[in-house]
Amino acid sequence: MSDMFQDRANRVSRAKTVDSDIINKTEAPIPDNMWVKCNSCARILYRDDLSDNLNVCTACGNHFRLSAKERLEMTVDTDTFTEINADIVGCDPLNFPGYKEKCEGLRKKTKLNDAIITGVGDISGIKAVFGFMDSNFLMGSMGAAVGEKLAMAFEYATEHKLPVIVFTVSGGARMQEGIVSLMQMAKVSGAVAHHSRAGLLYITVLTDPTTGGVTASFAMQGDIIISEPGALIGFAGKRVIEQTIKQSLPEGFQTAEFLSQKGFVDSIIERKNMRKTLHGILHLHQGRKH
Amino acid sequence: MTTAWDRVLIARSILRPTSKFFIEQIFDGFIELKGDRNYADDAAIIGGIAWLGETAVTVIAEEKGADVPEKVARNFGCPHPEGYRKSLRLMEQAEKFNRPIVCLVDTQGAYCGIGAEERGQGHAIATNLERMMTLTVPIISIVIGEGGSGGALALAVADKVAMLENAIYSILSPEGFSSILWKDSSRAKEAAEVMKITANDLMGLGIIDDIIKEPVGGAQNGPEQVAETMKKYLLSNFEMLSKIETSKLLDERYQKYRRIK
Repeated sequence: MSDMFQDRANRVSRAKTVDSDIINKTEAPIPDNMWVKCNSCARILYRDDLSDNLNVCTACGNHFRLSAKERLEMTVDTDTFTEINADIVGCDPLNFPGYKEKCEGLRKKTKLNDAIITGVGDISGIKAVFGFMDSNFLMGSMGAAVGEKLAMAFEYATEHKLPVIVFTVSGGARMQEGIVSLMQMAKVSGAVAHHSRAGLLYITVLTDPTTGGVTASFAMQGDIIISEPGALIGFAGKRVIEQTIKQSLPEGFQTAEFLSQKGFVDSIIERKNMRKTLHGILHLHQGRKH
Repeated sequence: MTTAWDRVLIARSILRPTSKFFIEQIFDGFIELKGDRNYADDAAIIGGIAWLGETAVTVIAEEKGADVPEKVARNFGCPHPEGYRKSLRLMEQAEKFNRPIVCLVDTQGAYCGIGAEERGQGHAIATNLERMMTLTVPIISIVIGEGGSGGALALAVADKVAMLENAIYSILSPEGFSSILWKDSSRAKEAAEVMKITANDLMGLGIIDDIIKEPVGGAQNGPEQVAETMKKYLLSNFEMLSKIETSKLLDERYQKYRRIK
């Protein structure tokens, strides 16, 4: 009888141990970024699997947004990239309340000076000038800094007779800089025009999302316009259109596939094939097969 | 003291003269040329050829319409992609025949709708911005009422950009601006004061070159007089621009936008 109690006591004690193990495990510091939910299919994905798959959902193929730095590392040959004009920062022509502070905070947080990285590098040995926009900095919006860096990148490319590849991700013109942002559309367009007139190649890669004043300027000025699958691409925002026409929009409106069907995108390329595709286009424009 | 919001109201006033009136007053023998040769004619933009004094010119103008039926027919001056493509077609024709180009800007913005997206509103504007930078004939753009965002800029890459005294020119309507940045479209009045949208503000920022005077209270109080001032402005500036060698003209056009930072 006493053995029986002892047995039970042991079991209780073991159970306690197991319980406390579980509790301890739960309380153990699990990195909170270990799991990611796909915002397309809602599946929970293991972050390492996701990053091994170039941040494309392993279940549904949804292309997650990338930072400029991630994009750069995925695109340009290792150790060939030289950033240019990294120190350029924007202006505050409206003295818009809180704007300067917001930008300073984002500079610390993102380690970017503004919403684009520009520079020179190689894709499988072919040199090009690059622009990588970043949605983590005020939704990749274009103010004076983005406009200036792009204009300088195109001028550099024109001077050195190099092709330009720009990866776009942007909510459009940056409201906080008012009319100065609008004028960046004209400024960059001028730099693109000069580059184009010099007979040089410009490729845009539209990624999710590319809208507003960026769509209405350099995003749509490429000789070749590529898009990632599923990217939202448009001029006006969906909400603005719905408010204007007082009806909801059809499924798939303003996706890369929609634009491709309407004739505004040359090719939709999956992320895993992007480097190869870009290299193929660059190579072909060199005019010598071997 | 006229506030920015006062000017928004003047610029939008139903009494304010629109492009059609100015075309009749400023030019002789205007011949309208329609269509983008691709999809349709867009009545929100009037295009054509005419005499400016002794000079043949191409005229491209956003038109809101004078009364309600005309406003509806002209989509309240909000162009579709075919409007910008018609403009580009006529501008390239102007280049071919060596005619200076006059653009009159008056729009809340490029239209936001299903058809506009399907036919590539962004692409149409982008193409104009790029191409206007290299057109080898002089271009003068005058913002006569509302200069709304990319829909205005697509006719305002020019050698000279002027504004009528009470016109506004902005990245977005004050309503849209306050809605996006303050989540409250009722603060439009406050937004108008912050946004620097008046002719004086934009002269100060170096965005525009000249301001064309209006009678006290607005252009509706003396529309013929405003048209006369615009005509003089166009005549004297085209005379000046026509003396500049093409490569220099294009370089100065680029630098005009290039230096904005």
